[in-house]
Amino acid sequence: MSAFPRAADLGLIGCHVCKLVISADTPARVDVADELACPRCGSVLHRRKPYSYMRTWALMIAAFLLYIPANVLPIMRTASLNDIDDNTIISGVVELWVKGSPDLAIIVFTASIVVPVLKFLSLGTLLLSSQRGSGWARPQRAKLYRLVEFIGYWSMLDVFVVALLTALVRFGLLSLVEPLPGVIFFGLTVVLTMLASMSFDPRLIWDGRDSDD
Amino acid sequence: MGTTSSEALLICEHCDTVYRRRPLARGDVAQCACCHAVLERHHGLSVNVMLALVMTAMIVFVQANMWPIVTLGLNGQLSGATLWGTIIVMWQQQAQVVAVLAAGTLFFFPLLKMFLLGWLLWFGRLGRRAPGFVPMMVTLHYLQPWTMSEVFVLGALVAIVKAHLYFDVVADPGIYAYAALTLLITIFAGVDLRQLWELTPEGPA
Repeated sequence: MSAFPRAADLGLIGCHVCKLVISADTPARVDVADELACPRCGSVLHRRKPYSYMRTWALMIAAFLLYIPANVLPIMRTASLNDIDDNTIISGVVELWVKGSPDLAIIVFTASIVVPVLKFLSLGTLLLSSQRGSGWARPQRAKLYRLVEFIGYWSMLDVFVVALLTALVRFGLLSLVEPLPGVIFFGLTVVLTMLASMSFDPRLIWDGRDSDD
Repeated sequence: MGTTSSEALLICEHCDTVYRRRPLARGDVAQCACCHAVLERHHGLSVNVMLALVMTAMIVFVQANMWPIVTLGLNGQLSGATLWGTIIVMWQQQAQVVAVLAAGTLFFFPLLKMFLLGWLLWFGRLGRRAPGFVPMMVTLHYLQPWTMSEVFVLGALVAIVKAHLYFDVVADPGIYAYAALTLLITIFAGVDLRQLWELTPEGPA
């Protein structure tokens, strides 16, 4: 354990919503469900995010399951007079690369492939190591969590690209863009990974083997 | 109920370490000694400046939604798109999930955020707690991660480059307004809500 004073040991609770520090022996008020509520904002107080492991695992697995059709199914159809072309995420990246915008191809590749995969791997690592009460590389793991939180929503990039192209390319028979189911799965994947990283409690990284939950 | 003494304390959100708060000078950032997360930043912006920024953002937001973002040309035919046009087309094209996501993260959530902040700051400026202070502050906390205007700007750039392969592309005022909005949002996204909580004394509930 670290030598720093921890709130759980001092009998203090910080409100997750308004960050007020409350000492546990002078609890503010007890709400209907028999739980402690913050005296300032009324939110339910927790030492750790409730059911953190369970929720994070569940949301992450759900996100991963949706990520498979998001990649396999096409996300966008471009139709013109003489051909119909269905694009998956990866073929969209390849097209950008080949047609002369390798820099943008890298950005899209990062947002749509690297970030989600990195998120799955990172959250998986954080969950497994924290559940085993591992003391391995704690500061680095804490940093990894902050990175995952920070980059999460940039994955929405491809969804917005498809939406904009669909709205823009409306030239009747000459040229049309339509969204395909892959983009829906991808949007849901991003939302679920965001919810997953929000339900993970980084304090668990620093808790020992004897932690609650 | 020692609220005064507990406002002198601060708990690291990331590792549960307890600190005694120290006043920060301009440019200071308090960092957790245990996990290196940022605990608190000095805020140079006064309530008046914040309010001005929020109001500017509102004006720019109206512009960003009013003007088309990009216009494409093909054989003399023109086709432009606004944010709402995009949302409606996605809804009609059996991608209602995407339409709802875009409407929330690009329109309703940013709008709500600006209105709530504006309202709270307006009263904060007069040294008072706005009516509905507590539920609004809680809503702001939950809204925080769900506004995505900056991702949309990058998305628009990618869409422009992709469309440029086949069409004539004209960037419209909407995209510039969006870029400006992104900047403004970044400035006041860093606002520590804790300061708003402490700015005004707790009145009768």
